[in-house]
Amino acid sequence: MSLHTYTLPAPFDNAPVHLVGSRAPWPLLVLLMIAFGVVPLLGSDYWLNAILIPFLVLSLAGLGLNLLTGYTGQTSVGSAGFMAVGAFATYNLLLRVPVLPLPVALILGGLFAAAVGWVVGIPSSRIKGFYLMVTTLAAQFFLEWIFSKFPWFYNNASSGTISAPNLVLFGHDLNTPTHRYLFTLSVVTLLTWVAVNLVKSQIGRNWMAIRDMDTAAAVIGIPVDRYKRQAFTVSSFYLGIAGALWAFFYLGTASASSFDINRSFQILFIIIIGGMGSIAGNFIGAAFISLLPILLSFAGQVLLGGAIDTGQIQNLQKIIFGTLIIWFLIKEPDGLVRLILNLRERLSVWPLRF
Amino acid sequence: MTGATTQDSHTILEVNNISLSFKGVKAISDLSFSVRRGEICALIGPNGAGKSSLLNILNGVYHPDAGEVVFESEHFHRIHPLEAARRGIGRTFQNNALFKKLSVVDNLLTGLSRFMRTNLLEQAFRLPRAHREEWVFREHAESVLEFLELQSYRDVAVGHLSYGLQKRVELGRALIASPRLLLLDEPMAGMNAEEKQEMSRFIADINRDLGTTVVLIEHDIGVVMELCGHVVVLDYGLKVGDGTPAEVQTNPEVIAAYLGTVH
Repeated sequence: MSLHTYTLPAPFDNAPVHLVGSRAPWPLLVLLMIAFGVVPLLGSDYWLNAILIPFLVLSLAGLGLNLLTGYTGQTSVGSAGFMAVGAFATYNLLLRVPVLPLPVALILGGLFAAAVGWVVGIPSSRIKGFYLMVTTLAAQFFLEWIFSKFPWFYNNASSGTISAPNLVLFGHDLNTPTHRYLFTLSVVTLLTWVAVNLVKSQIGRNWMAIRDMDTAAAVIGIPVDRYKRQAFTVSSFYLGIAGALWAFFYLGTASASSFDINRSFQILFIIIIGGMGSIAGNFIGAAFISLLPILLSFAGQVLLGGAIDTGQIQNLQKIIFGTLIIWFLIKEPDGLVRLILNLRERLSVWPLRF
Repeated sequence: MTGATTQDSHTILEVNNISLSFKGVKAISDLSFSVRRGEICALIGPNGAGKSSLLNILNGVYHPDAGEVVFESEHFHRIHPLEAARRGIGRTFQNNALFKKLSVVDNLLTGLSRFMRTNLLEQAFRLPRAHREEWVFREHAESVLEFLELQSYRDVAVGHLSYGLQKRVELGRALIASPRLLLLDEPMAGMNAEEKQEMSRFIADINRDLGTTVVLIEHDIGVVMELCGHVVVLDYGLKVGDGTPAEVQTNPEVIAAYLGTVH
């Protein structure tokens, strides 16, 4: 890349440029080492299967939606629809093209979802905000309908479900919880790295520029419509992969109803609670959403000793969730991640106050 | 048109018989003037005279009902904002239009988007080309930061900066793309005398050192007289004065527009 390909002002004065220095992110590395090395050894099958795998997949789905909503400012309630596209596409690819290795089928499944996302993103050049959200709602219902209406998508199974194919990676069987956990973790780690690169790149800055003020973005030369569609596409790619993982690495057997509007809302809540426009926020939000129910039922058991039945506890959970979402929207629109950062800042100057 | 070829080398921008109305209310009527290459031209006039609307026409945010804009000898009836940016028209807004949650340096970097040559995959995987492009962009951002004395605010989110500094960041965001024509909508509004002085200095420096033609809207006549070689006066969408600051100051129509006439 030379300067001569385009005209930029000659640097006014060649001051020593100090670019962003990269310190080794030790806390992150330790976390990854624990996730890859320690958890598979210590985690029970129940923990891996019922808590960690769904947590990871929901984080990935949140990440996908966050790229669109938190970074580009386009609200979507069609996340689960794109997840369904990824799941059904991957299923059909593995079924009908058996030579495809699992990672390739997964990526192609993501690309199918991306293509659908691009199409759903077309109206974003004309309509904004609330009205755009309604088009994603339409997409959600349309996609859900397609995958239950046409038996071809679920290979004419009488149950209307798709089941995990033989999960094999380069000859290794992935049908144990540990293997499935490690595979999911690897996919999520890789895609998170890519997302971090993207949001720090010029493309990510363009997305955020559109989020903060789209008229100004156009005036300074950012093709707004194209970048909105691109955000829809990339977001849907992530959601598609998350959908396939959800179907085959967590549920095992899925149907269109696994990807209903409630799932879309769940993912939206993850990014609201975790933090819009934050990568770490997706993981925090997903942890919150998947751990809070367990915590609540545990607390119910301990405190009330079974005096309240499980049905009541589930209702209680919904009330607590609803209250928390309202609280977050009012008090901390930047989510849990902002609370944690504030806490860290306070601790760093402790015992002084500010 | 006679003498079109001789005009071309000196004239960077020509506004020919532009009219604009909003739902029947005339904002600009039959306005013509031209801007010479390398000058600082001020648009002055009372509130609602159509100054901002004119800037919006020049870079394509509004489309005129009639008339045309000639920029660098190219005739446009209507121009798209992206096209205007690509042809080298930079712009700042009256009420700052910055990306509030982004840092100062990120705001400047967004101004370079039209020079981006790397694609999604290259940026997603930080391939060497994307990495080099980022370096080139950041070097330019650094030089603009230095030029506008904004280095100490590099990583501050612009929403947290004072109004005067935000104006400076917005100027930087337009400047980083090396525009040939810079449209500044009230760059000194709401500033104290010292900040105005500073901003005037930056504008004069940009004009002198980079040879950028500047069209600006300003209410402070003192600043205009000091900074600009050419003044166009608008009143109710009509041009009532056009010339050097001294000529405009003695023009009875201009005085009437500003002070009212004796009846």
